[in-house]
Amino acid sequence: MAKIVVDVMLKPEILDPQGNAVASALPRLGFTFAQSVRQGKRFEIEIAGEPTAAQLAEVEKAAEVLLSNPVIENFVVRVEK
Amino acid sequence: MRVGVITFPGTLDDRDAARAVVAGGAEAVSLWHADADLKNVDAVILPGGFSYGDYLRCGAISRFAPVMNLVIEAAGKGMPVLGICNGFQVLCESHLLPGALTRNSDLHFLCKDQEIEIINNATAWTSSYKPGEKIVIPLKNGEGSFQCDDETLAKLEDQGRVIARYVGQNPNGSRNLIAGITNERGNVVGLMPHPEHAIDELTGPTAQGLGFFTSILNAMVK
Repeated sequence: MAKIVVDVMLKPEILDPQGNAVASALPRLGFTFAQSVRQGKRFEIEIAGEPTAAQLAEVEKAAEVLLSNPVIENFVVRVEK
Repeated sequence: MRVGVITFPGTLDDRDAARAVVAGGAEAVSLWHADADLKNVDAVILPGGFSYGDYLRCGAISRFAPVMNLVIEAAGKGMPVLGICNGFQVLCESHLLPGALTRNSDLHFLCKDQEIEIINNATAWTSSYKPGEKIVIPLKNGEGSFQCDDETLAKLEDQGRVIARYVGQNPNGSRNLIAGITNERGNVVGLMPHPEHAIDELTGPTAQGLGFFTSILNAMVK
C-alpha cells in the first residue's frame, strides 16, 4: 500500500484570512517566531501497491479538476513512503 | 415562462427563490440535483445555501451534480442562469463565470442589509433596473469575497461584465467591490447578495430585489 499526498495551498497573491488569523493568534500565546502564516489543505490518498506513472497522472488530473481550484490555488502531488 | 430552481442537498433558499419567481410573474419549477432532466424550463436559478455542506470548497461538489451538466450545456446555448450566493460559487466552480469566492476578509459570517449599485442592466437578469440604480437587499455569506487575477479583473471591467457593486465600505474584501458579474453573452449572472429575500416589504428590507425576477420575463419576451 502506498500513500499519495496532495497539498493544496492558496496562491501567494490570494488573501488568506484564516492564515492571518492564525498568525495574529500565535503571538498572543507567546509564540513570536512567525512572520506570516498560510493555511492550506492536505489530502492523503491510499492506493494498493506502488503507484504507477499512469496512476500519478490520474491523481494530478483529479487534483486539478476537483481537489483544487486552479483559479485561486496551487497543488503539489507526492508519494509518501 | 418556466423558471427552474435547483435544490442541492444543503440548499436553503430554494423556497424563497421559487416564491420570488412567482412574484415576478413566471412559473417556478423545482429541479433536484440528481435529476438528469431540466423539465423544459426556460431559465434556471441556483439558490443560496450550503450545498453538499460546502465540503472541499463552496460549490466544488455541486458543480459535478447530474443536473449541472445540463445547466452548463444549456447555459452555453444561451439559457439564462442566475446563481445567488452559493449558486454564484457553483457557477464559478463550473467555470461558467470567472474568478472564485473566498473567505470574507474579516472571517465573519455576514448577515446584513446591503446597498448595491446596479452597473450593467444589459443582462437577462438586470434589465428591470437602470444603470446606477441603488438597491438594498440582504447579504449573508461566509465566503463572499470575489477574487480573480489582474488580467481577469481588467477584462471584466473593460467588457462591462461587473453587474453590481457594493456601495460604501467593502463588506467582504471583494476585488473592486464586486457583488455580481456576468459572462460574455450576458445570460449567466452570479450575485452574492440575495434579491429573492427582498421581494416584498413584509418579509424583506425592501422589495427592490424583485427586479431580477421581472427582468427574466423581459428577456424571454424579446
